[in-house]
Amino acid sequence: MNFRDSPDEAEFRLRLREWLATNTPDLPASSTSDDYWAAQAGWHQALYDAGFFGLSWPKSIGGHELPTVYDAIVDEELAAAGAPPRPSLGYLVQGMLEHGNDDIKARLLPGIVNGRDRWCQGFSEPEAGSDLAALRTRAVPDGDEWVITGHKIWTSYSDAADWCLVLARTDPDVPKHKGLSAFRVSMHQPGVQQRPLQMINGITREFGEVTFDGARTPATDMIGAPGEGWRLAMTVVSHEREPGELGYVARYKKVVNELVKQVRADRSAFDEEPVRDLAWALVEVEMLRCHVARRLSERLDGISHGPEGSVDKLLMTAVEQAVGHAALSVGGAGHGGWDDTALKVYLYSRAQSVMGGTSQIQRNLVATRILGLPA
Amino acid sequence: MDVRFSSEQRALRDSVAQLVERLRPESVRALDDGERVAKLDAALTASGWRELRTADDAGAPWATGVEVAIVAEQLAQGAVDAPFIGPVLAADLRRRLGAAPAAAETIAVTLDLSAPARADGDAFEHAALAVDAAQATAALVLTRDGGLAQMPLGAATTGVDLTRRVVEITPGAAVAAVSDRALPADDVTQWTALGLALTSADMLGTMRGAVRLARDHALNRHQYGEAIGSFQAVQHLLADAHVATEGSASAALRAAWAVDALAPQDALAAAAAAKAYAARAARMVCETVIQVHGGIGNTWECMAHVFLRRALVSSDLFGGVGPNLTRVLEHHRIGVAS
Repeated sequence: MNFRDSPDEAEFRLRLREWLATNTPDLPASSTSDDYWAAQAGWHQALYDAGFFGLSWPKSIGGHELPTVYDAIVDEELAAAGAPPRPSLGYLVQGMLEHGNDDIKARLLPGIVNGRDRWCQGFSEPEAGSDLAALRTRAVPDGDEWVITGHKIWTSYSDAADWCLVLARTDPDVPKHKGLSAFRVSMHQPGVQQRPLQMINGITREFGEVTFDGARTPATDMIGAPGEGWRLAMTVVSHEREPGELGYVARYKKVVNELVKQVRADRSAFDEEPVRDLAWALVEVEMLRCHVARRLSERLDGISHGPEGSVDKLLMTAVEQAVGHAALSVGGAGHGGWDDTALKVYLYSRAQSVMGGTSQIQRNLVATRILGLPA
Repeated sequence: MDVRFSSEQRALRDSVAQLVERLRPESVRALDDGERVAKLDAALTASGWRELRTADDAGAPWATGVEVAIVAEQLAQGAVDAPFIGPVLAADLRRRLGAAPAAAETIAVTLDLSAPARADGDAFEHAALAVDAAQATAALVLTRDGGLAQMPLGAATTGVDLTRRVVEITPGAAVAAVSDRALPADDVTQWTALGLALTSADMLGTMRGAVRLARDHALNRHQYGEAIGSFQAVQHLLADAHVATEGSASAALRAAWAVDALAPQDALAAAAAAKAYAARAARMVCETVIQVHGGIGNTWECMAHVFLRRALVSSDLFGGVGPNLTRVLEHHRIGVAS
């Protein structure tokens, strides 16, 4: 029972800190600008090449087989150095590790981990949001290929992606959860078009929508067995729901540290309300740091994450939105001025209770799968 | 970093849970069952858990903040009506001054519970309250010159919290010095951190007990021909209560560890953050539990208000949301506006 670093962890932290002292790129404080998204690939590769990315994953795919605690150290040090957050790719890696065959793992995972291959996730559709299993994108076999037709939305980084993890219906004659399969599909082919979605804070490079009109992919690029798509999707989203996996604590901490500096610099310029909002943001971020420590430690027992991921996601959402409120309250909306940094942080925070499964869906899962209330 | 409980800590948790399951008040009426209360108190005395913060041969406490927080959480989960936090905090004060342990002793605090009571010379200037004082014959107080003093207590009465009794101390009450030495400022800080960690753990247990009560009710109470726990509106109330409880658990765990592991000011900051979080959560959770119980939840005989009352007292003890947000800000060198 110790929140402190072990000797090995302390040594790792020191090595990382020294590397960051000369390798921290000049990028925006968080993922609230297009500049960040444009430079993310370079940052990922720099982290990987220096040995600070993919720490908990198997060595065979470029990982280091360390406990996930090391990822938390990376997140803390990145935040302390004012560096951009760790790219969040755990969802792809875990999905493929758990459901892909040996060929898929050997062929596809190293490029994901080292950051040379850029991926996006094609799950949600205009008519399949919370009810993901209702998705309509079809995959039809044609010789040793599959032909994909459909419309995906909320596709993160679709503009920069080389590949898309597509969830498509391969069997329309079975119950909706059972007829889905997952594929890797090249984004660089005539049947694929992507269009950026401008979000409420103005950024255009995080999310996109993608149409597949007879796009083709070889049968060997099906990930998991036919009909295994739903289970793969559940593996992926359960990893998306963990704050430790995403390294978001670091992002929140960085924003809050900036707000603290701002208030400290001119305390008399702020009345009680923004200062109280800031105090709550500090408390919330501290709570999440402790929560991540607790979850990562549980993993040392090999506990796999089931419905507890919904608890984590709801906590993370509350923290992000408390930080967003503090940013707006301390930084102001920027009326009559040109600095809308705080406004962007605030507006971005509203998506957290929707993406990766809405807060309403998470509450359903907590109630039925943790508290045991009737489904 | 590895914040899992050790096997000894898990064993401690399980033995407290067993005692609680056997002797906790299962209904409001059971609070008046003197035989049960006496058995409970005897079992707690026999366990030695109240002495976990007395000095070992080297003067260090027998157990860390983590162990006493484990006990506090488990006791609160069953709304256990026997003293724990008060005696533990009194023992910890004595240890810090190298004073011999005393049985049946608790602490006295200001009437709003937010700070330890301070005696001026050999008497109290203001009224104060001895908390968690069932069976206590004396209370420890700090003196204005930084020393430690003891005062005899009269019979305890039931206050806001139906599970932990209090003794009112009138202005002018006499005190006797426990030690000539003054308590170093760092010790007062660490002791305050322990108080915040223990009251956070107590609220955590209270939340767990309250949510369990409401969950059982939601499964058993039927309306429109269905268990009310099948309705999404009720489910979401309870889901939010569960999530707030888990967040409190994570913050409280670090606070408990920090008491003995971090520098006093850092321990205080960790404890203040946990306390602010848990105090807000505990009120929300207990109010939710009353709401889920409907009309019955607003009656004296439902256990829901027993949990809420306990949470209100643990929240105020060493300060609730406001004072602890101030501590968090001060730790970040942001002062409160004058």
